[in-house]
Amino acid sequence: METLRKFERVCEIVDQNGRNEARLIPILQAIQVEYRYLPEEILTFVATSLGISPARVFGVATFYSLFTLKPKGKHVIRICNGTACHVKQSMDLYDIICTRLNLVAGQDTDPDMLFTVETVNCLGACGLAPAMVINEEVYGQLTPERALALIDDIIRKETGNEPDHYGA
Amino acid sequence: MDDSHVVIIDNKEILIEQEQNLLELVRKAQIDLPTFCYHSELSVYGACRLCMVDVEGMGLVPACSTPPLAGMKVHTNTEETRKMRRIIVELLLANHSQNCPTCQKSTTCQLQTLARRLGITTIRFKNQNRDVPLDCSSPSLVRDQNKCVLCGDCVRICSEVQSVGAIDFAYRGMHTVVTPSFGKDLDKVECVNCGQCARVCPTGALTPKSEVDEVWKALHDPDKTVIAEVAPAVRVAIGEMFGLEPGVTTTGQIVAALKAIGFDKVFDTSFTADLTVLEESTEFIGRIEKNEHIPQFTSCCPAWVKFVEQYYPEFVSHLSSCKSPQQMFGALAKDILTGSLKVKREDMVVVSIMPCTAKKFEAKRDEFTHDGTPDVDHVLTTQELGRMIEEAGLHFKELSPESFHLPFGFKTGAGVIFGNSGGVSEAVLRYVTERLTGERRENYEYKSVRGESGIRETLLNVKGKEFSLAVVSGLGNARTLLEKIKSGESRYDLVEVMACPGGCIGGAGQPISRDPAVKQKRTKGIFENDRMLELHKSQQNPYVIELYKDTLGEIGGHKAHELLHTGYKNRKRMVDGGMTLSGFNGESALEVNVCFGTSCFLRGSQKLFHDILGHIRMNNLDDMVTVSASFCYEKCDKGPTIRIGDTVIEGCTIEAAVEAIERQTGPFKREVTHHA
Amino acid sequence: MNLTIMELNKIKETFHSRKDAVTHRVIVCAGTGCLVNGSLKVYQELLRCVEEAGLNAIVELKQEEEGIYVSKSGCQGFCQIGPLVTILPENIFYTKVKVKDAGEIVEKTLKKGELIHRLLYIEPGTKKVCQTSEEIPFYRKQRRFVLKNCGVIDPENINEYIAEGGYISATHACSDMTSEEICDMIVDSGLRGRGGGGFLTGKKWHVARLEENSKKYVICNGDEGDPGAFMDMGIMEGNPHSVIEGMIITARAIGADEGYVYVRAEYPLAVKRVRKAIDDANKLGVLGKGLLGSKYTFNLQVMEGAGAFVCGEETALMASIEGKRGMPSPKPPFPSQSGLWGKPTVINNVETLSTVPLILSHGIDYFRKIGMMYSPGTKTFAVTGHVVNTGLIEMPLGSTLRQIVYDVAGGITSDNGSPMSDGFKAAQIGGPSGGCLTKDHLDLPIDFDSLKKEGAMVGSGGLVVMNRHTCMVSVARFFMQFTQSESCGKCVLCREGTKQMLALLDDIMEGRGTEETLDLLEELARTVQKGSLCGLGKTAPNPVLSTLRHFREEYTAHVTHKYCPAGKCKGLAKFRIDKDLCKGCMLCVKKCPVEAISGEKGKPHTIDQKLCRKCGACIESCKKQAIKGDKAWTTVML
Repeated sequence: METLRKFERVCEIVDQNGRNEARLIPILQAIQVEYRYLPEEILTFVATSLGISPARVFGVATFYSLFTLKPKGKHVIRICNGTACHVKQSMDLYDIICTRLNLVAGQDTDPDMLFTVETVNCLGACGLAPAMVINEEVYGQLTPERALALIDDIIRKETGNEPDHYGA
Repeated sequence: MDDSHVVIIDNKEILIEQEQNLLELVRKAQIDLPTFCYHSELSVYGACRLCMVDVEGMGLVPACSTPPLAGMKVHTNTEETRKMRRIIVELLLANHSQNCPTCQKSTTCQLQTLARRLGITTIRFKNQNRDVPLDCSSPSLVRDQNKCVLCGDCVRICSEVQSVGAIDFAYRGMHTVVTPSFGKDLDKVECVNCGQCARVCPTGALTPKSEVDEVWKALHDPDKTVIAEVAPAVRVAIGEMFGLEPGVTTTGQIVAALKAIGFDKVFDTSFTADLTVLEESTEFIGRIEKNEHIPQFTSCCPAWVKFVEQYYPEFVSHLSSCKSPQQMFGALAKDILTGSLKVKREDMVVVSIMPCTAKKFEAKRDEFTHDGTPDVDHVLTTQELGRMIEEAGLHFKELSPESFHLPFGFKTGAGVIFGNSGGVSEAVLRYVTERLTGERRENYEYKSVRGESGIRETLLNVKGKEFSLAVVSGLGNARTLLEKIKSGESRYDLVEVMACPGGCIGGAGQPISRDPAVKQKRTKGIFENDRMLELHKSQQNPYVIELYKDTLGEIGGHKAHELLHTGYKNRKRMVDGGMTLSGFNGESALEVNVCFGTSCFLRGSQKLFHDILGHIRMNNLDDMVTVSASFCYEKCDKGPTIRIGDTVIEGCTIEAAVEAIERQTGPFKREVTHHA
Repeated sequence: MNLTIMELNKIKETFHSRKDAVTHRVIVCAGTGCLVNGSLKVYQELLRCVEEAGLNAIVELKQEEEGIYVSKSGCQGFCQIGPLVTILPENIFYTKVKVKDAGEIVEKTLKKGELIHRLLYIEPGTKKVCQTSEEIPFYRKQRRFVLKNCGVIDPENINEYIAEGGYISATHACSDMTSEEICDMIVDSGLRGRGGGGFLTGKKWHVARLEENSKKYVICNGDEGDPGAFMDMGIMEGNPHSVIEGMIITARAIGADEGYVYVRAEYPLAVKRVRKAIDDANKLGVLGKGLLGSKYTFNLQVMEGAGAFVCGEETALMASIEGKRGMPSPKPPFPSQSGLWGKPTVINNVETLSTVPLILSHGIDYFRKIGMMYSPGTKTFAVTGHVVNTGLIEMPLGSTLRQIVYDVAGGITSDNGSPMSDGFKAAQIGGPSGGCLTKDHLDLPIDFDSLKKEGAMVGSGGLVVMNRHTCMVSVARFFMQFTQSESCGKCVLCREGTKQMLALLDDIMEGRGTEETLDLLEELARTVQKGSLCGLGKTAPNPVLSTLRHFREEYTAHVTHKYCPAGKCKGLAKFRIDKDLCKGCMLCVKKCPVEAISGEKGKPHTIDQKLCRKCGACIESCKKQAIKGDKAWTTVML
C-alpha cells in the first residue's frame, strides 16, 4: 500500500500546483521528498498531467543537481566543497568517507543502499569549515576523525557490525 | 538613402526594413556570417556565438540577438571576431567525432565547411570526444551524439514548429546532451519521424537513416525484380545535389538514372496520387452525405497520421482511410504488377524515392505488411538517391531524359501537385467540383488553397453548397487547428495536413540547403510541372480509368478498398513504461488497473482512481484487490479505460467499476469466509 | 485589514514597552553557523534553566511583565566562535557557549550580574578581555548598516521588525510617494546592485516603470551560489522582513503586483524564515490586497532553487521560475522590458533590496555619506580562508583590503590556523566570478569601479584570503572547476571553453605544460570572457586571468621548471629514495601500484620518475622515512 499511498500523494501534489507546467520544479521537489528520488514512470505521469513532453520533464530533472533519478541510500552524506571548506581540506574528508564505505570512483551509493555520498557547493556554514550534512543535520569544524566517528556510528546502528568490515 | 534607417556594415550602408536583428541585416549585405543556432523560423537562441560582430561603442555583440539601430557601425571581420570564430570552431572540433570522410553529412556539414572557410588546419585543444554509441533504433533517423554541437536547432524545431518535443536537452554543462526522454531510443518515444530535426541539424548528429546498401543488394540480386516509384517532390529538388537551381525539374534524368543504376521498372508515385484523389474524394463525398467523421483529414503524410494516433485519438476516425500514394503503389505493385510482370511477391522489391523520412516508418507499419513482406520494401530519400547516382558515377545533368514505364508512370498534374502543401486539397477540388456539378471546368487551378502561410482557410461554393477547407503544414499549426476544432471555434469539412512546413517539397529527405528561399523555388517548380503536363485532373488519367475498369471495379468499391484503404488506430506515445502501484501481490487478488494515459487522464481517470480506492477502503477490500496504473490501453477515444480482472471497461464510471469489483470479488470473499 | 502608519506605530510602542519591562533579554544566535554548533540546544537549555531557577521565562512578548526574555536571532557574523549568546541590557557577549554553560549563565550572570570570564572573547593579540561585542575589533571596525538588525532582532517576529521602524518606508512608498519619486530617490541615492554587476538600481527600476504593461514582476534573487559567500543567507535568515519591505517598495516603484523570492535550496533555514515572514506579513496586511492601507496589491511567494549556480543569472533564474531548465537567454530583451513570462520584471539581489528601506528611512544624504562618491553605502562580505576571524562582515564601500584583512579579520594565519604576520599573499574577491588582489592592492579602496579596473569585481562579496603557502594555479583551478561544473552547457564558449581551460590548467599542474600552454590558456580565457552568452561564462575566466596577470611567474615556474613554488601541486612533486636511509626491505616495491620502484633485497631501491604517479603509497609504507617527496606531497590543497 506504500506505493499506492505515494502515488496518491503525487496526484495530490500535481493538483495542488494547479497542473500548471510553470510549477514543474516545485512539483518535482515535492515528489522527491516523497520518493527520495524521481522515478521514471512518475516523471512520465507528471508530463502527462501537465500536458508537456516527457523529454522536457527529463531535461529539467537532469539539469538541477538536487534532483536525482537514481534511488539514494538511506543516509545521505553531503560534504561541502565551497571555497572555505575546500581550503580546509574538505575533499580529504570526502575521500576518507568514500574509502570507509568502500565506494569506488564514480560510485556514490553503496550496494546495500545505506549510504549516498556527494558533494555540495556551499552550505553557508563557511565560518565552521569544513562542514558536511548527514541527512538533514549539519556538522561543522570537522576533522577526519570526527567525520569517521559519525559515519561509524551509523554503520554500527544499521548493521550491528564493526565499521571496518563495511562493504568488504 | 534615408539616414534614419541605415546601418553601416563593413563600410557599406544597409537600409533597415523588416529585419529583426543585425544578423539578417548582415546577410542582406551579402555577407555570410556563420551561425549554427539561428534559423529565421525558430526562436533566437544565442548559443553558438559565431555571429559575434563588433559594433562601435558596444563592442562585441551577437548579431542574432541584437536589434538593428540606425547609425550603428558594424564590423564583421575584426581581429577579435575572427579569432573568436576560430576558437569556437576549434573548441567544437575538439569535442567532435573526427571521422569526417565517412560522415553522412560530409560536404554538407556546416562545421566542416566552416573549418575549411576559416582555414583551420590544427586543433590546439585536447580531443574530448566521448565515443557514444549511435541510436539507430528509429526506422527514419540516426542519432550520433558524437557529432552534436548542441545548437538546439533540432530541439526547437521539434517543439516550436512541430509541437512534439520528442527530444530535448538533458543534463548540464559538459554533460549536456540532446536526447529523447530518459535517454531512451528514438523509436520508443513520441517522435513522428518527420525528420525536421535532421533538416536543420548543421552537422551529422541527426541524419536520415540510409537504406542505400539494402537497395544495392537487391539490385545486384539476379532473382529480384526491383521497381522504383518516384514521389513528386523529388523531381524539383534532386538537381540541387548536382549544381542545378532549386525547382528545376529533372524527372527525365531521374528516370534515366534509375534505369542506369539497374532498376527494372521506374514508375511515378503521382500515378497513385491520382488514384488517391479519386478514392479520397469519393470517401469525402460519402462522409458529407452521411454527415459523419467531418472534417475529413487527409492521411497522405505518415508523420501527421502518427501525430493524430498519439495525441488526438478522438480524431483517428476522421482520417481518410485511403492509403498514402506510396502505400497504394506498393499494394498495387505487389498485387497487380507481380501478375503482369510474372514475378513472385517475394521476388519483387519495391523501392520508393521520397522527399521524406517518415515514409521509411510508414513502409514498415504492420498495416502495410502482407504475407511477411512489406508492400514497399525500401524507402530512399532524395538525398540517398543522389548519393547512389554519385556512386554510380553518372553525370546527372548530362543524362538524356527518359520516360517512366507504363501504366503506373502516367500521371496528371493533380498527382504532381501533391508535393506542395495544399496540393492534395487542390487535386481533390479539381475532381469533387466536377463530380458534384457534373460540369467540366476549364480553369483547373484553385489559387485560394495555395500560399505560404502555415494555416490557410478557404470557403468554396459548389452548387450552392458551401465547403470549408483548411490547408495546414507544420504539426504545431495542426495542433492549433485541432484545438480550435475541439473547442468548436472552427468548423471545417476537409482538412489537409502535411507535417513539414511547405509540404513534401520541404521534407527532411530533400537535399540539404541553408537558403530559406529554396522551398519557394521548389513549390514553383511543382506548379510549373503541373502546367507543363497535358492533363490536370486525376479523373482524366486514362490509365487510372483503365485500372478501375480492368481491376479495381468502381471507385471506393470492394477491390479498391481491399488494396487502397486501411485503418488507423491510436497508439501510445511512449512504448515502454507502465507503472504498477499495487500494494498486494496476492495471487488470489483481483487486479484493478487504471489507465493514466493522456487521454484517459483528461477524461477523469485520476478521479476515478481515487473513487475506486475510496470504495476499496470503505469496504475493506484491501486484501482482495490490487490496484495499479498503466499508461495506455490504446482505447483513448473511449476513456477513461480500466481493467478489472479480465474485463476492460471503456468510458468507465465509478458505478460501473464498483459493480465489476463487487461482482468479481465475490469468489474471493467466499474464499476468505471459507478460511475463516 | 488596513494597516496604517498609526497602527504600525502602535505595534512598535507595544513591543517596546513590553521589551522594556523585562529584566533581561537573552539573545541566542540561531544563524546557520551557530545552529550547526548546537545553539538551538543552548537556547532550550537556557529556557529550562531560567524556569528551574524560578525566574519567569518569556518566549514571546505577549504582555508587559518582568522576567527573562529568551529570543533567537539571525546570523551575527562571527560564526567561528559560536554559539553566541548576548545578554541585554548589559550587552554581555558570550562566545562558544555550550549547553552545560546555560545553568551558570542563569545563576551567575542573570541572577547575580556576574560575568563568566571564560565565555568572554579575548583578543588574540592584546589578550584584552571583551565584555561587549562592540569592544571586539571584528565588530568595532565594521559599519553594520544593512546587518544592523541581523543578529539582534528575532527574525521570526514581525512585530520586532516593526518596532525597529520596519515597514514605515514601505508605507510611505505606498501612500505618499509616486512611482517616479521612488525611482528618482533610488537613482539619486546612487545605490548600485549588490549582486555582481553594480548597475544603478534606480535606473533599472525606471526602465521597468516606463514599460506600459498591466502585469509586472519583482524578483528577489536569493540564489547565492558563490561557494564561500553567505551574506544573503545571513540577511534572509536574520532579517527577512527587510527583504520583503524592499520588494514592496520596488513593486510600488515599477507598478508590480506580484513577486518571487528565489532562494537557494541549500539554505533551508532561509527558506523557512522567508516563508514565515511572508505568511506573517500577509496576515498583518503588510502584503496582499490593499497592503499597508493602500489601494495596491502585492503578492509574494517563495521559489526554492533546485541546485544550479547559473540560476543566479537573471534570465536563467526566470527560466527556472517558469519551470524550465535554468539556461540564460540573450539580452536584449532585458528583463526590465521583457522578463518573467515576457512581462517587465525587476530582479534585485537580497542585499540591495534590504538596503532600499534604509535609504527611504534615513534619507539620501545619510546614505551617500557612507562609502564612496560613485559607490555609496556599505557592502557585506563573507571573509574566509587563511584569516584569524572568518565570518560575515559589513564595511563602507571604499574600505581597503588592509582594513578588512587586518583590522576586522585579524590578520593572516598559516595552514594550521596559527597567526602568520607577514603571510598575506592574495585575496580572491567575488568568488568564481571575481579576481584576485595582491599585496599591491592592500590599500586599494574596494568599490565597484576600482575593482573593475583591477580585473576583479565586488561581485556577491565573497572574500577568500590566502597565505603565502598557497599555489595560485591551484586557486585558479579550483574556481575553474567550479564554474566548469556549473556551466549550463548552452553556449559553446562557456561549455567547451571552460572545459578546455580546466584541461590546460591540469596540464600546467601536472607537468605537461609549456609556455605555449600559458599563451593558449590566456587567449582562450579572453575569448570566453568576451564571447560567452551570460555573466557566468563572461566572468568564469576572471580567476585565471587575474592570477595570470599578478602571478605569472608562478605559472612560468610550473611550466618551465616543472616546479610548484608553493609546493602544493602533487603532479609536480618528485619522489626520491635516500640511499643512506633505505635498508632495502622491498616494502615500497610491493606497495607501488605502477611498479615504478625497483631494487633487490638489502640494497637501496630507486624510483623511475617516468612511471611514478606520485600517489604516495611508498612514503606511507616506508618504515625508515627514506622516501622523500617535495613538501608538495602532504597537502594537496589550494
